[in-house]
Amino acid sequence: MNFIPFHAGSRQRKLWQFHGGLHLPDEKTLSNTEPAAPLPLPSQLVIPLQQHIGTPARACVAVGDRVRTGQVIGEPQGPVSAPVHASTSGVVTAIEPRAVPHPSGLQAPCVIIDADGLDQWAELPPPIPAFKQTAADDLRQRIRQSGIVGMGGASFPADVKLAPGGEHPVETLIINGAECEPYITCDDRLMREHAADIIDGVHIMLHILDARRCLVGIEDNKPEAIAAMRQAVSAAGLERLIEVVCIPTLYPSGGEKQLIRILTGKEVPSHDIPARIGLLVQNVGTAMAVADAVLRGRPLIERLVTVSGRGVAHPRNFRVRIGTPAAALVAASGGYRPDQARLVIGGPMMGYAVESDAIPVTKSLNCVLALTSAESPDPGPAQPCIRCGRCAEVCPARLLPQQLYWHARAKDLDKVQDYNLFDCIECGCCALVCPSHIPLVQYYRYAKTESWAREREKQAAEHARQRHAAREARLQRLERERQARLRQKKAAAPAKATAAGAKAGARTGAKTGAVAGTKTASQHADRQAAIEAARKRAAERRQAKAATADPAASPPPTANAGQETNAGETR
Amino acid sequence: MSAGPTITSSPHGARNNRVDWIMLQVCLALVPGTAALVWFFGWGVLINMALAVVFAVLAEATVMKLRGRPALPAIRDYSAVVTALLFALTVPPTLPWWLTLLGILFAIVIVKQLYGGMGYNPFNPAMAGYVFLLISYPVATTSWLPPDVPALLEARGVVGLSFMESARLIFTGALPAGLDWDAISTATPLDEMRTLLDQGSTIDVIRQSPLWGDFGGRGWEWVGNWFLLGGLYLLWRRVITWHIPAAFLAGLLVMAGLFWLLDPQTHPSPAFHLFSGAAIFGAFFIATDPVSACTTRRGQLIYGAAIGALVFIIRTWGGYPDAVAFAVLLLNIAAPTIDHYTQPRVFGHKLGQKRT
Repeated sequence: MNFIPFHAGSRQRKLWQFHGGLHLPDEKTLSNTEPAAPLPLPSQLVIPLQQHIGTPARACVAVGDRVRTGQVIGEPQGPVSAPVHASTSGVVTAIEPRAVPHPSGLQAPCVIIDADGLDQWAELPPPIPAFKQTAADDLRQRIRQSGIVGMGGASFPADVKLAPGGEHPVETLIINGAECEPYITCDDRLMREHAADIIDGVHIMLHILDARRCLVGIEDNKPEAIAAMRQAVSAAGLERLIEVVCIPTLYPSGGEKQLIRILTGKEVPSHDIPARIGLLVQNVGTAMAVADAVLRGRPLIERLVTVSGRGVAHPRNFRVRIGTPAAALVAASGGYRPDQARLVIGGPMMGYAVESDAIPVTKSLNCVLALTSAESPDPGPAQPCIRCGRCAEVCPARLLPQQLYWHARAKDLDKVQDYNLFDCIECGCCALVCPSHIPLVQYYRYAKTESWAREREKQAAEHARQRHAAREARLQRLERERQARLRQKKAAAPAKATAAGAKAGARTGAKTGAVAGTKTASQHADRQAAIEAARKRAAERRQAKAATADPAASPPPTANAGQETNAGETR
Repeated sequence: MSAGPTITSSPHGARNNRVDWIMLQVCLALVPGTAALVWFFGWGVLINMALAVVFAVLAEATVMKLRGRPALPAIRDYSAVVTALLFALTVPPTLPWWLTLLGILFAIVIVKQLYGGMGYNPFNPAMAGYVFLLISYPVATTSWLPPDVPALLEARGVVGLSFMESARLIFTGALPAGLDWDAISTATPLDEMRTLLDQGSTIDVIRQSPLWGDFGGRGWEWVGNWFLLGGLYLLWRRVITWHIPAAFLAGLLVMAGLFWLLDPQTHPSPAFHLFSGAAIFGAFFIATDPVSACTTRRGQLIYGAAIGALVFIIRTWGGYPDAVAFAVLLLNIAAPTIDHYTQPRVFGHKLGQKRT
């Protein structure tokens, strides 16, 4: 049934289906009726130095420094990294680990800025209105300088993603406006209020990628957003390039691979990225940030955040500076209701529960969800799996979740990979429908983490083995050389003795000196030879290493790669 | 915010599907079929069901206690109740109480709990319990009362048993005055058909007897329809999917149809197979037991079709008149293997791509 296309929307574009998925109560109207309100500047901002996948930025300001809005306070390190900017003007009061939005309640280095309330802007790079006459590399550079990362949740540096490399030209840019997670409406509001900016951003990205067309996928539960985006496309006269496609509301249609499937009928090969099949997906928020960076020179210092759930008094969207504490958002929403039971960052399907709202808004934080116990009841203890197969029915990756569960439970890491654990996008459909209330996703995360750890261990063991072998070889070589020297000496000794015997009695003192002299000279020559040999060996080793580097260097599925290729931007 | 929120893994929404709900749906779906059985075969059916449920719950609770596990959650999932009901609907309505006890003990203690309990049993407990009795006590487990169709009863000069008479028969083995086993017990239509065919009769001759209705045995033939009603209810509530029942019935009908076309005088029609014995009951209620069945979609089709074909084979050439229990148990063994070879193509993988 996966191959039955159907027609939807007025444009009669052919759409495809992905396997499984769930029709969830979308809960969008809780928060999407009012425009996003600008949140007043908080007195203190906590700006994490890592808000992206890749190497953390390094702080380039010191405690006591005065910073201005938009000033770089953390510089990117290495190719896959992103800078961070001061979200308002003020004084840096500390650079220290603080609690950041993370499932484990992790603390990470942050720059703490006491706002002066003036919001004085730093000097910004010049706008590039004529982006079509600008080289793609320059635009990518601007995007990098502006600290733009994927705002759909994966937070992969946008400039890196927009440079997929020569061998895979991107033909179609896909803009993800599906926003399939219940409750979250920030992309909905963004599309309604800033459609023109988003389309500008799309146009810029199309130019950077030299792509032929763009498809914007939006779920049909957001008719206003669809209308606004279509309007913006015609206003910009880009109908031939950009098509806004209305897709059926079905979780997780906003998953990167699922959205690609719906819009193009193609499946991204397992363990690969969409660029492999000539596609690239960006979130609408990312498009907006690109427009800001290129057309206005503004770095990414604010975003829309949904505050929702029946556990807050007044759910709605806010325009928030990065680094604003989540507590301020909740306060601006009228605070918690008494029956609030759980605080979730992100959506109810893929978000993570946090213990405290004392965490800052980051570039990829899209929703603060305060759920009541009625909305998020305690599932109770897990019961035995009865193999009913509902999980497999709803799995969008067409996996066999219960088999994965058995093997993950048994810690059989080979078996879970046989059952393609790493194709799991952790969308949570299986766990939601499980009649035994087994926390399936938790088991898969556990098995993935264990697999990565084992892979690292394997590599470490291999490294140690190679080092050991090299050391053994070196010791053996030294021993052989020592023996050789000894033999040489032994061979030389009788000859010398004979020579000495012939000149017996003659100037003993001088002779001793001469022997000592020759010995030093020969030792010196030996050492030179040994050094030369060692150099040669080192060079050979380097060459061998360079030759084998490519296959050997392909890393295990690291947390980053895993998130990028597996978790994607499911929203 | 309220103090100390509980941290749990995503997803955070309400999980509305529940094991006990599923089991109760199965119980509910059994109502029409049960009513039909009671209508045709008397109160014994209900007495057996009540006995079986009590025995099963007690057995389950005792084993859980012995295993040092909480008994209440195990009972509350109603899986033991479903096993008991399925078992009771399979055995004759006159089965002595101690045979019900034996069968249930075998099903719950040995087949279910000794293999690890709920979710771990490779075999369908109800069918294993039934087969255990069928092999050990073949006469008692195949002695049925004639269906309560007035013409049939008159022909044999018996009347249907009252509730008290049924209870006395089950608990003490005492028949009502003036009746003896030979008078009231009867072979099932499948048994009758086999025996007569073995004796060299032809279908045309056999069907002359007033025992036969439109498709199968009079009275017997309509019970399946009521179970079908319950099966459709399960499909509607999405407790089961169509794959196993459809494949089961297709497998049975294709095999029966093939041989019937070859020789309609020695092979009863596909309709006879469909409306006799436990075909429909088995297709919707027995083969669909999720724990012991296949779980992949293609696997379920193979599993169901193989059971259907086996039912025909055993009915036609095997040693027992009905075959659903044996066919299901045989395929239970094969289910893990079938599952292994019928894994769906994972998203982003090529068909037949070797998993790495």
